[in-house]
Amino acid sequence: MENQNCYHCGNTLGKKIKYIDDKRFCCNGCKTVYEIFSTNGMFAYYNLETTPGAPPSEINGKFEYLNNQDIVSKLLDFNENDISIITLFIHHIHCSSCIWVLENLNKLIPAIRSSQVDFSKKKVSITYKNNETSLKDIVTMLSSIGYEPTISLDDYTREKTEKKDYSILYKLGIAGFAFGNVMFLSFPEYFEISEYWLEKYKHLFRGLMFIFSLPVVFYAAGDYFKSAFKGLRNRILNIDVPIALGILVLFLRSTIEILLDLGSGFFDSLTGLVFFLLVGKFFQQKTYSFLSFERDYKSYFPIAVTRLTRTSNPNQTIEENIQLYTIKKGDTLLIRHGELIPVDCILAKGTAAIDYSFVTGESETLSKNIGDKLYAGGKQSDGAIEVEVLKTVQQSYLTKLWSKDAFTKQQKNQYVTLIDITSKYFTISILGIALVSTIFWLIYDSAKALNVFTAVLIIACPCALALARPFALGNIIRIFGRNQFYIKNADVIEELTKIDTIIFDKTGTITTTKKSNISYQGNPLSHWEEKILKNSLRNSSHPLSRKLYDLLADQDIMTADDYEEIVGKGIEAHYNGHHIKIGSPQYTGADLKKKESDTAVHIQTNNSYKGFYRFKNEYRSGMKDLFHNLQQDYKLSVLSGDNDGEKSYLKSILPTKVNLLFNHKPDQKLEHIKSLQDNSAKVLMIGDGLNDAGALAQSNVGIVVSDNTNTFSPACDAILQSSKMTLLPQFLKLSKETIRIIKSSIVLSFLYNGIGLYFAVTGQLKPVIAAILMPLSSISIVIYVTLLTNWSARRIKSPSEE
Amino acid sequence: MSVIYILIAASIFVAIIFFIAFLISIKRGQYDDVCTPAIRMLFEDELVNTSENPKRISKNNQL
Repeated sequence: MENQNCYHCGNTLGKKIKYIDDKRFCCNGCKTVYEIFSTNGMFAYYNLETTPGAPPSEINGKFEYLNNQDIVSKLLDFNENDISIITLFIHHIHCSSCIWVLENLNKLIPAIRSSQVDFSKKKVSITYKNNETSLKDIVTMLSSIGYEPTISLDDYTREKTEKKDYSILYKLGIAGFAFGNVMFLSFPEYFEISEYWLEKYKHLFRGLMFIFSLPVVFYAAGDYFKSAFKGLRNRILNIDVPIALGILVLFLRSTIEILLDLGSGFFDSLTGLVFFLLVGKFFQQKTYSFLSFERDYKSYFPIAVTRLTRTSNPNQTIEENIQLYTIKKGDTLLIRHGELIPVDCILAKGTAAIDYSFVTGESETLSKNIGDKLYAGGKQSDGAIEVEVLKTVQQSYLTKLWSKDAFTKQQKNQYVTLIDITSKYFTISILGIALVSTIFWLIYDSAKALNVFTAVLIIACPCALALARPFALGNIIRIFGRNQFYIKNADVIEELTKIDTIIFDKTGTITTTKKSNISYQGNPLSHWEEKILKNSLRNSSHPLSRKLYDLLADQDIMTADDYEEIVGKGIEAHYNGHHIKIGSPQYTGADLKKKESDTAVHIQTNNSYKGFYRFKNEYRSGMKDLFHNLQQDYKLSVLSGDNDGEKSYLKSILPTKVNLLFNHKPDQKLEHIKSLQDNSAKVLMIGDGLNDAGALAQSNVGIVVSDNTNTFSPACDAILQSSKMTLLPQFLKLSKETIRIIKSSIVLSFLYNGIGLYFAVTGQLKPVIAAILMPLSSISIVIYVTLLTNWSARRIKSPSEE
Repeated sequence: MSVIYILIAASIFVAIIFFIAFLISIKRGQYDDVCTPAIRMLFEDELVNTSENPKRISKNNQL
């Protein structure tokens, strides 16, 4: 079996096998990469991993813009004297061979001083001598060995000086350091043995504990004070209010105790509390550095385009690469094969076959004639074209979508979490208990009143409560991540449980973009007809021709006597007296009584109509079950930008209750979700492309389905591997289960608080009791939620994996 | 018993040294990428086959 695959990239070998050193390759590209590596002594590339490579992509003219020094200098991280540093994002980084080869790039270009890979971010940072090589050479070389970097408009506009936020690590370090040392210093006094040496040194010990607690209170716990203050100013009693109050009271009372020599204080509990809280915070911050949840159109758009300037000589034009934002109305641009159209424009020259799947979700390419309007976001897939610019980048139809409300307002930060609601009542009742018990002690034994008041606030500090959520949700995020469901942050899980409406995009979400189902209808084709059909298609570069060509059985090669391709119509060819026409219904004389909204290629031979090949989207497997599973608990709809050609088919496979909506443009999708939300629906949007970006942003939770999580996806709350889509009901169930676990752990933490309150209210709270109770409750809550979430995750996953 | 002053001072001094080392390691970005170094450390002599550089370096080291 292994021999059937290309030695370089692992793809199945086709007809044209290339041999070198008794290795087999699927194409010339792979063979060339192998030759580059083997002649440069980098053979180990193939030994570290089998078939690590990717076929190199065509680059003709693609990186010409890197000759423009203004663009290059914007991309560089560092550029001084003769040394430059560039960080490039490369999709293909996936194995140890990739790391090895990218860190030995100086074998291929000696001017590269060093290169370092960040595997989890899929980035390589290259230091090179800029007087000996150029960025363009490096990028071209990388592309030629199958590691084409992705350079988008996003790289150009992003601030290079963004600083990494290490504050959580610093805070955790300080709290942990102080906690350890304070524990060690407070230990002798736990047993209240009145020994001579203890009496003598206790002031030293207490003083040191005080010093250690200072950075903990004033730096490590700073966020809790800020958040509590913010909450109070907005009249919200969030969870940080009782925490901040607890920390403050702990610190003040302990300080007064050691100053007046009343006792040893609660510095151990104080530092431990902050440490555990920060651990919880840290645990909840699961980030997927190779994913981005915040992309907009900038990540898709190129940095530069080729502008054509006519000179006085009408046959001569000057090509120059200009930055995207400098495009002006009236400019003439050259769009090469496979390039994205960055602005709204008019086709001026060439044959345009535009793939708008990015923008509309419409899966098939559209042919355009000279003078037709082209919208930004389309991908040209039929040779090079020239276009005249109508609008600048920011004013184009697609990019305007990002100025909608859904993208500007930060609505998603306003999640009201379960803990926030609980903490409101919690804080009020704690303050109540503290007041009542203080009043009681004021009457009964006024000396103890202040003692009891502070003790209640200390013991009521909801450490366990505050830890339950981050640990439960943090653990679930990891479990989801292992099942290739990547969540942006913990709030998304809580929001998932409130969903009552699920909206699916059609193209690319419930259908796959990879293969289409091609079926033939009409009079059967004879052998020679198939033969000339295949041979005619060979010459055509139209995407439908290519797809059909790949499907048809191999035929002997024939040369056409006469071949003509008419843009927007089809192909006509003559072979030994036989005549064939392939293309649109009108062109081939098809009988159009029945309106076909599917994409089809019609065939006519010797002036008689034969039939057509219909291109249907392939639906992902398991969609039927998925919809049937979900319809019991959720309102479902399919919202597509596509035409309604498959409406009857969809109706036949999906449950009757599913609402089917077609012909929705990106902004209409957004409005549709908004109108649902106005009727107090909580909407989960599942989409895939840029055309869903508005809907994803507007929805309560937006999930992007992606065939390959390494490729770009629009801004969203979660990214789901398409093969795991059938697990969606389980994911939703598990989210609900997690919230139930958190609720039960809240009950458990109240139990601990009850025990603590008994000691506090009766005036018996000693540092040792606090020091035992606090870590005990925290650790047991953490264990409780971790075990339970793992257990319910296993139980939910098992039926689907069988 | 005043030796305890020295002992405590010494212990805290050592602890602070490690603590500062930890802070420096964060600042220098040692926690930025916790994945690649684990793979990188397994690479060694893959380039030896055709290039002379590694050999020359090892000779210099022996001298």
